[in-house]
Amino acid sequence: MRNESRMGNRSMHERPVSARHRGAAALLALVFAVAVLATAGVTYVLITMFTHKQDARQPFVRVVEVDELTTDPEPWGKNWPRQFDGWKSTSGGEFYGGSSAMPESKLDAHPWLKRLYAGYAFSIDYREARGHAYMLYDQGVTERITKKPQAGACLHCHASTTVLYRTVGLEAMGEEVTEAKLAEDFNMEAVQRGFEELSRMPYQQVLEMLYATPDGTPGENEPVFPQPPTGGFTGEYAGEGVPEGHAMVGEAHPVTCIDCHSPDDMSIRVTRPGFMQGIADLAASDAPVPHLPSIQQWREGDRSEPYDPNKYATRQEMRSYTCGQCHVEYYCANKTTLTFPWGEGLKAENLEKVWEETTFPDGTEFYDYKHGETGADIFKVQHPEFELWSQGIHARSGVSCADCHMPYEREGAMKVSNHNVQSPMEFVNSACQTCHNVSEDELRARVDTIQSRTVAMTERAGRAMTEMLDAIMEAKAAGASDQDLAPVYALQRKAMWRLDYISSENSKGFHADQEAVRILAESMDYSRQAQAAALRMRAPDAPSTEQLPTEDVEGVTPTERAPVPEDYEPEI
Amino acid sequence: MEKRTKSRTSRSVRVLSFAVAIAVGVLGGLGAFTIGYGNGFSYLTNDPEACANCHIMQGHFDSWVTSSHQDVAVCGDCHLRHDFVGKWVTKADNGFFHALAFTTGNFQEPIRIKPRNRRVTQQACLECHGELVNSMLPAEHGGEVRNCVHCHSDVGHSGRR
Repeated sequence: MRNESRMGNRSMHERPVSARHRGAAALLALVFAVAVLATAGVTYVLITMFTHKQDARQPFVRVVEVDELTTDPEPWGKNWPRQFDGWKSTSGGEFYGGSSAMPESKLDAHPWLKRLYAGYAFSIDYREARGHAYMLYDQGVTERITKKPQAGACLHCHASTTVLYRTVGLEAMGEEVTEAKLAEDFNMEAVQRGFEELSRMPYQQVLEMLYATPDGTPGENEPVFPQPPTGGFTGEYAGEGVPEGHAMVGEAHPVTCIDCHSPDDMSIRVTRPGFMQGIADLAASDAPVPHLPSIQQWREGDRSEPYDPNKYATRQEMRSYTCGQCHVEYYCANKTTLTFPWGEGLKAENLEKVWEETTFPDGTEFYDYKHGETGADIFKVQHPEFELWSQGIHARSGVSCADCHMPYEREGAMKVSNHNVQSPMEFVNSACQTCHNVSEDELRARVDTIQSRTVAMTERAGRAMTEMLDAIMEAKAAGASDQDLAPVYALQRKAMWRLDYISSENSKGFHADQEAVRILAESMDYSRQAQAAALRMRAPDAPSTEQLPTEDVEGVTPTERAPVPEDYEPEI
Repeated sequence: MEKRTKSRTSRSVRVLSFAVAIAVGVLGGLGAFTIGYGNGFSYLTNDPEACANCHIMQGHFDSWVTSSHQDVAVCGDCHLRHDFVGKWVTKADNGFFHALAFTTGNFQEPIRIKPRNRRVTQQACLECHGELVNSMLPAEHGGEVRNCVHCHSDVGHSGRR
């Protein structure tokens, strides 16, 4: 036993030496492996920390110089790749050109629109909107342009035009134009002058000049997005080759970086002459603008020079002004220069009043088109997003366009404004939930409630409008003259202005929900007033209603059941 | 023969020890540097700037600076428990999960407070204002009551933009 145990002890004592070494080796190998993995982990953390610190310190690296000549967004994209990528994404990932890719026709979806726009180019072709990427392409192929002659002013908003405007403006002012001079500074005065020179020239001619204008990338004529086929898909030029002497040489861009940003410091700015004039008119009026504090401040000053948004506006206001350069109501055709009707305020009836009081340079009264059925002079509403937003709770709370349509998103340690401008419903978390501590489903449901109510009301107002047109046409057929119908035409114009105001506006009432429904209610009221007036014209005189029996007041407690106090004297 | 095996084993142990020493040394050095570079020790303080170290809380920090509580409470006063153990457990819990989320980038935006942290802030409100709101509190412990920040959501920081 003892021997055995000793033997056993010895063998146990002998083996453990190598076993202990093996155990130690395994332990060491394990420690080694853990240390290696941990080092890798720590290095990973260190590197992400470093990247984030770099991001926070230097949000961009200016690898290429851009200046006032650089309308081509590609050089900007090298310096600010995230913003450039966002801008490119407005195409929806892949650019869809070609006639089959065009969005749904609004005229097919809402047949009353054809009657609303009867006699106007919008009754030919009017489609759902697409992203910023398509603004120049779609303008080039819409039948409004390919079937009807349009003015160069249309390019104010659909293309990056400031260099063209500046060139033409400097020439008109009798100054020598060199590329160095064009690149040097923005020169709002020259831009304004060039815009005036070009706004009444034919669209195709101005587009051709735009192609030939330098864009900061000489020798490179491959635009980010395809350019529209000359003459569009259908219409009078369709399928024809480029006419002799009208070759599109060069490159044109939809609205790009330079149209909202200064190339010096990337600050946002207003570049469009139409807005400069419009906002100055608004400031000079005494219309209340509680959502635009800098105008309030300017009004309290000495007013020695007109309100200049680039000088006076707060950064937060600029985040709406840049959008307000185009997403507004305006006159844009060849009878007078492009005008924003803001001299009386930003409500639908303020804008209407300005148009009512406007005359064309030839002295005739302002109107957009003669209605194709009744012949009434009608005002066409464009897309008054800025104006409707101005009436809503978000504007009142200091929320800008960009806060919802270009919300800040986090990339590492950076805050990047999303340049894929689109409906906030595409990014509810960054657009809405930054302020609204409510679930995404609930927020969507709230928006849906507002929009479906507005749409239902719009359809109802559309029906009232068509019934008004029927009644007016019947009155005409019964022999009413234009003179007889003048007051009815005035009501027709008011009704159509209000219906168009909300149906053309692109938020389905969301930008100011109660205001939208108020305007639609007024539209319906005017439609029905016009309809009733037109019906009366061909109806016999109404008989007297004096002799008709009427019911006495009901719901009063009988005297025997509620004795009247002796001193009671009814107030009569 | 036994001797040779033994010496080979002990040599490999020596080599391994050497490698482990290097590996642990590298880890130690790199770790120490990383802690320093990332202001790791600032997390042990009550300095509100530490909370904005990793950039995410910058907006919250900026709005706290202009808030009604800027002179009376820093981040930790509202977001940590006031007893010793609770404070360090909360700190460790959030420190680990925040670092994990931000390093991997795996988190929802806008960031939202977790229920257990919400209970911490509610308790913190009562630490100071308990006497004032005593009559509004539930009669028995754990009874149902609205959080103070349900209405007073921007007293500490607005968290907007």
